[in-house]
Amino acid sequence: MAGTTVAGVAGAAQAQQAADPFIVDGVTLGSRLIMGTGGAPSLDGLGAALIASGTELTTVAMRRYSPAESGSLFQLLVDHNIRVLPNTAGCFTARDAVMTAELAREALETDWVKLEVIADEHTLLPDAVELVDATEQLVNRGFKVFAYTNDDPVLALRLENLGATAVMPLGSPIGTGLGILNPHNIELIVSRASVPVVLDAGIGTASDAALAMELGCDAVLLATAVTRAQNPAMMGEAFKHAVIAGRLAKAAGRIPRREHALASSAMEGRAEFL
Amino acid sequence: MNIKLNGTVHAVDDGASVTTLISQVTGRNLAPNGQAADGQKLGVAVARNSEVVPRSQWYVTALAEGDDVELVTAVQGG
Repeated sequence: MAGTTVAGVAGAAQAQQAADPFIVDGVTLGSRLIMGTGGAPSLDGLGAALIASGTELTTVAMRRYSPAESGSLFQLLVDHNIRVLPNTAGCFTARDAVMTAELAREALETDWVKLEVIADEHTLLPDAVELVDATEQLVNRGFKVFAYTNDDPVLALRLENLGATAVMPLGSPIGTGLGILNPHNIELIVSRASVPVVLDAGIGTASDAALAMELGCDAVLLATAVTRAQNPAMMGEAFKHAVIAGRLAKAAGRIPRREHALASSAMEGRAEFL
Repeated sequence: MNIKLNGTVHAVDDGASVTTLISQVTGRNLAPNGQAADGQKLGVAVARNSEVVPRSQWYVTALAEGDDVELVTAVQGG
């Protein structure tokens, strides 16, 4: 590191970040953290957590309009200039997912959709067959599909080939906080994808998000880990740093794993004690 | 006449348009193009008898007795 100042190193990290924008469907996002809004006990608390997280893209669900709680979440996102990514949460069939996506496109005036077609309420795991069907239909209807999928490298590639804008493999089932159960599969998905890969679901704490980025993911999507944390705003900020740290670590190139120790202090020139 | 709105029976004037219904339920005035007259985002969508009614068609779409209307908006979610 001769001749490199501490400030120079910090500058290099910033330059690395600046030279490494997260671009999806031609849109540049300033953060690689995509937030969900589910599970927050209050709208105020949610707003504080979203701001602390630095996110610029946030998912919402589509549900029946109720005059009592009209539009406040949507307005919160508009006020903070956070782009909205409607999801199809709660859909079990391609038909329901396509219908929900169409309603979201009309309501929110975006053709981006987080496609979620789940098999059952117990696991909330994606139903691969319905997911493939829905992806094909939505792409044909002009949607930009962010496909929430299993950590299956074969399925991820199929979704990309069907025209998905991003593939979003799960780390572990939604809301479990079990982290990334099959890092090898995530690496495999990343290595073969030419669309952005977003690690979605199962994140428990900051180190899980850093790992996702170190495995080569382009971004991380999470909700529960922040909204149900004891201090959501503090956890939101922790994730902001974790995603940046993981991305930098990936770019910086980690040391190889070794079986035996490797001294970092030279053995030569030691003082001798008689 | 009666329609079904979000699963519940709901009374509207005979021949009321989708625009009239949304205006009534949300308390917002709507322009003929389906945007809120106050310039703010409205953030809702409508399906009538399981078909999405595009915003641009709300004004010219008349409701009929027994129509099944779903009115949705963005809420918190994963």
